[in-house]
Amino acid sequence: MTKNEFLEALRRGLSSLPEEEISEHISFYSEMIDDRIEEGLPMDEAIEGIGNPESIAFQIMSEHAPLEEKKKEKTRRKIGALEIVLLVLGSPLWLSLLIAVFSVIFSLYVVLWSVIASFWAVAASFVGVAIVGFITSGVFTFFGNVQAALAMFGIGILSLGLFILGIIGCIGATKGAAFLTKKSVLLMISPFRRKEN
Amino acid sequence: MDIQLKRGLLDVCVLAAIKDGESYGYKIIKDMKPYMEMSESTLYTILKRLESAEMLTVRCAEHGGRLRKYYKITSAGLCRIEDFKTEWKEIMLIYSFVTKEGITDD
Repeated sequence: MTKNEFLEALRRGLSSLPEEEISEHISFYSEMIDDRIEEGLPMDEAIEGIGNPESIAFQIMSEHAPLEEKKKEKTRRKIGALEIVLLVLGSPLWLSLLIAVFSVIFSLYVVLWSVIASFWAVAASFVGVAIVGFITSGVFTFFGNVQAALAMFGIGILSLGLFILGIIGCIGATKGAAFLTKKSVLLMISPFRRKEN
Repeated sequence: MDIQLKRGLLDVCVLAAIKDGESYGYKIIKDMKPYMEMSESTLYTILKRLESAEMLTVRCAEHGGRLRKYYKITSAGLCRIEDFKTEWKEIMLIYSFVTKEGITDD
């Protein structure tokens, strides 16, 4: 085996490493062989003494393995030129689909929050009825109609009670809806967020 | 031998080989040969490790129409050798305890 053959075999074995590192290994072994020859060893012996280039490359690669994997993971999310071209060309299709999907999701949110709003409206109407009931009761008392006044007062108390119960329900429903909204939004944006290890 | 221990020993050996002045790859291996055999690929890894730990510096110089890398020890490298000597005294003490006769419990 000549020196060039040795270095070529080594280069082949290291081909998956960055070029900079390959040339560093190559120059190191090249220097080693030259120094052995300079010492007076014949070329064959000088090269044989260093060892088999395939197994040297294998050893270097095995020491390198964990580092390489890290690099691959880092570059995995890079988008190639072809992918960009396809994205642009396909935009009439995927963009309209995307808009449709988002409209549907958005309308679902609108429906959900309309229901919540209507709950609050019902609760507010109870409080309105209660206020009107108390005022009417006062008016009837003023005119001396005690029975009607009592009836109106009762309606006022009943509405107030319904309002308090209603408000508890409303707060619960609002919290639930807020939770659903937050969770679903997080779920939708999760593919775009950078994962933390 | 334990891999960590061996790695530490080899590092100090290479530092000792360049302790008295800069040297180059083949000479380091040759100087160490009477004491321990080291392959070129092992030496490469150690030199890289010591360089990134700033225990040695590397310079390229022309020699006989080609380039040769010379390695020079830094003060951190010299410190490492001194630390090793102290550590080794402790290890020898432990060794003498471990090999002491008559402490078996039967």
